[in-house]
Amino acid sequence: MTETVEREVGRARPRKEDAHLITGQTTWTDNIDVNGLLHFALLRSPMAHARIERLDVSPALERPGVVAAFSGRDLAEGLASMPCVWPVTEDIVMPDHPPIAVDEVRHAGDPVAVVVARDRYTAADALEAIEVDYDPLPPVLDLEEALAEDAPLVHSDKGTNRCYTWPLKTGEDFDAVRQRAEVTLKRRYHQQRLIPNAMEPRAVVVTPIAASGEYTLYSSTQIPHILRILMAMVTGIPENKLRVIAPDVGGGFGSKLQVYGEEAIALAVARRLGRPVKWTESRSEGYLATHHGRGMIQDIEIAANRDGKLLGLKVDLLVDMGAYLMLITPGTPLLGAFMYPGIYKMDAYDFTCTGVFTTRTPTDAYRGAGRPEATFAIERTMDELAAELGLDPVELRRRNWIRHEEFPYTAIAGLTYDSGNYEAATAKALELFDYDKLRAEQSDRNDRADTVRLGIGVSTYTEMCGLAPSRILRDLRYVAGGWEAASVRMLPTGKVEVVTGTSPHGQGHATCWSQIAADVLGVPFDDVEVVHGDTKAAPQGMDTYGSRSLVVGGLAVHHAARKVVDKARKVAAHLLEASENDLEFTDGVFSVKGSPEARRTIQEVAFETFSSHDLPDGMEPTINAEHLLDPDTFSYPHGTHLCAVEVDTETGQSRIRSYVCVDDIGKVINPMIVEGQVHGGLAQGIAQALYEEAVYDEDGNLISGTMADYLVPSAPDLPEFVTDRTETPATSNALGVKGVGEAGTIASTPAVVNAVIDALRPLGVEDVRMPCTPERVWKAIEEARS
Amino acid sequence: MTHITVKVDGTTYEDEVEPRLLLIHYLRDRLGLTGTPIGCDTSNCGACTLDLDGESVKSCSVLAVQADGGEVTTVQGLAQDGEWTGLQRAFHERHALQCGYCTPGMIMAARDLLRENPHPTADEVRQGLEGNLCRCTGYQNIVRAVLAASEEEVTA
Repeated sequence: MTETVEREVGRARPRKEDAHLITGQTTWTDNIDVNGLLHFALLRSPMAHARIERLDVSPALERPGVVAAFSGRDLAEGLASMPCVWPVTEDIVMPDHPPIAVDEVRHAGDPVAVVVARDRYTAADALEAIEVDYDPLPPVLDLEEALAEDAPLVHSDKGTNRCYTWPLKTGEDFDAVRQRAEVTLKRRYHQQRLIPNAMEPRAVVVTPIAASGEYTLYSSTQIPHILRILMAMVTGIPENKLRVIAPDVGGGFGSKLQVYGEEAIALAVARRLGRPVKWTESRSEGYLATHHGRGMIQDIEIAANRDGKLLGLKVDLLVDMGAYLMLITPGTPLLGAFMYPGIYKMDAYDFTCTGVFTTRTPTDAYRGAGRPEATFAIERTMDELAAELGLDPVELRRRNWIRHEEFPYTAIAGLTYDSGNYEAATAKALELFDYDKLRAEQSDRNDRADTVRLGIGVSTYTEMCGLAPSRILRDLRYVAGGWEAASVRMLPTGKVEVVTGTSPHGQGHATCWSQIAADVLGVPFDDVEVVHGDTKAAPQGMDTYGSRSLVVGGLAVHHAARKVVDKARKVAAHLLEASENDLEFTDGVFSVKGSPEARRTIQEVAFETFSSHDLPDGMEPTINAEHLLDPDTFSYPHGTHLCAVEVDTETGQSRIRSYVCVDDIGKVINPMIVEGQVHGGLAQGIAQALYEEAVYDEDGNLISGTMADYLVPSAPDLPEFVTDRTETPATSNALGVKGVGEAGTIASTPAVVNAVIDALRPLGVEDVRMPCTPERVWKAIEEARS
Repeated sequence: MTHITVKVDGTTYEDEVEPRLLLIHYLRDRLGLTGTPIGCDTSNCGACTLDLDGESVKSCSVLAVQADGGEVTTVQGLAQDGEWTGLQRAFHERHALQCGYCTPGMIMAARDLLRENPHPTADEVRQGLEGNLCRCTGYQNIVRAVLAASEEEVTA
């Protein structure tokens, strides 16, 4: 008799992570307290661009409770330039990036001095005593003007504001395709700067052991492993004396996929003082100091025939790097380079990306990183082309997408999509949305010249998930690999520890990895514990970003657990005096084929291995296994999103009336978590379409510098979402999974903007710059009328 | 320095505090009650929401001295003998949290909402939680959780 164990994978399990979060028993970095802890605060530049003529920290030292104060120059010795690990071209301009400014500030918020005090109030207060004389330099804010011959320079020693130009031309020559095309369209889109707004502000705590030269760095980070390597390089602290811990981390969305100056400053200050130190950003400080996302001008040209057949696509990007190159700043738009053609077949693709330095907060990866921008451009353009050709936008897409029977398919940008079924996802979405009925209502409103118009927006997308394959990363000049590590340990009691190199911040890895391991090992879900986010306990890994955790890290857990079963099988065969080939393994029990009473549970095997009284010759007495997974390829989730928007033409107000999405992410580990990820992604994508923008004035001040000025949507701003799925398993991995983390964000922004434009097109409006605020929509209507 | 007496999650504390000390910093840094986090400095995000004398307040905009003689309940004071409240169970069962940073404030705000309006509509829940920002869930599961708690549909 074998027990029947309920399969975990595919089950909507509430998360094991929740218990401490809903009872307030958390370990956010700012919760960390140790004896003798000092707090530091940073004085930040109030100007976008200036030379530091004089800086005197000594008046701050006179304040009671202040322990130390440092200028950038004081700390410069012993700190190297902050790292950028993605030099995308051979001739890329890589400026020096001191963790704290020494001679010149290059964006509002660039740190110039540190005050260390007994408590955070004293440290913050003492900043005002520091004396600084700035000699203002011209700000650099406009991406096109920045490239002019006589433009003021962000980095004067580099002689140019052009960081790099990266081309990708595939298929036929675009100019030739344009010649034979019956229709060509050009559009310019602005991807406004966004501020990621993880709910937890960033925080850093460093505890030094002066005698041994060891340091523990707690950071609200997505990347403890990468952070350790790079902090060792920046500070000179040996990597094996530096332990990085990412405790509970309150969201990231890419903003914590970063190696920040504050982490280096914290290590430097702790080293100088031999005392533990803490820094926690305020939200307003974070708006200046934590990297921003998006920020590009997209010039798009598409060539097609009158019947809607696409022929070619040309993309020219000007991307705002901000003042410095952060960890992967130059590479972020390249992640999108391969996605502009989306799910469509065409003959020519011509892509050029130019990175430009400005005197603004640096940009880097923000949820989707390059791929939302790409999907926006192609999906907005498909709608424009449909309007030009008088075709239904869904029909235009249908005429061009890769058909189900054509997979695997090598798309024009060079990626081979392993599986997909765009027809099925679209059909399901159209049905859930009641597309025909909404179209009828739309034309009725148009006929009546209703002041409230209805618009319908569609977005069909694929994304590139599982950021990993090291050989591909090498070809893109990314300096590290993209593998992921897992180890699975059967403990003597039969309980299981899964150690993962991924580092979650809300994604529910502990639950999902437990589900994967429980199924492979045939043990109860509750018997599995997941260890992550501590370089001592989980020494290897490449961390969490780019929707890679499941497709690389979760799969590594699966393979490590399989190795554990293989090893346990050897022990079981030995104990049962049977051949390994004669053993069956079901629901955690090894039994001999044909004699089911001869059996050992995997837990019994674990104990007998531990006791090691009777092991096969030469076998080590553990049934642990490790697996480092470096996949050959990416995975490609896809889907169809539909949005209906009511636009009040008298106020410019857009209200989402319904939102339907059908995503295909292959096999699903936990449908409840998947749905949550989709909801959150939709909220962020809709926010870009309608609400959020980092706004700078002409002097380079961030005028949307607080949460009161930057509109993060709240509950009444967002609709109820209808989410559903189709399931076309990935053929490129053992679990058939594709990843889901960024799908909602990638697909929703164009769906919403397409809907707004669709509502206004009868009034002569062809575009509204994001975010489509009431003011912008109203002005667009007024301009079209005049 | 000002002398204050305040009852927090059932325990009474007496302290000397600077008049400018914020209630949230008093709880976190002085009492070590770190279950309530801080998300912003403009009282927009609501992460630090707690209950002061039966009113839901954002503790980043209340001074510790204003709590003198008062009674504070934080998320850490909700579960009794390890038994979660209906709202806590509903948040767990409806997957109404991801990173969990907004969760203490969200639960405290929802608790206040249900106290004033025990059977709200979905729109009323959305309006009632307007002062609490979440970046992970898109709010939908939070709304579901609050509705479920109000309908006592939450399983044990």
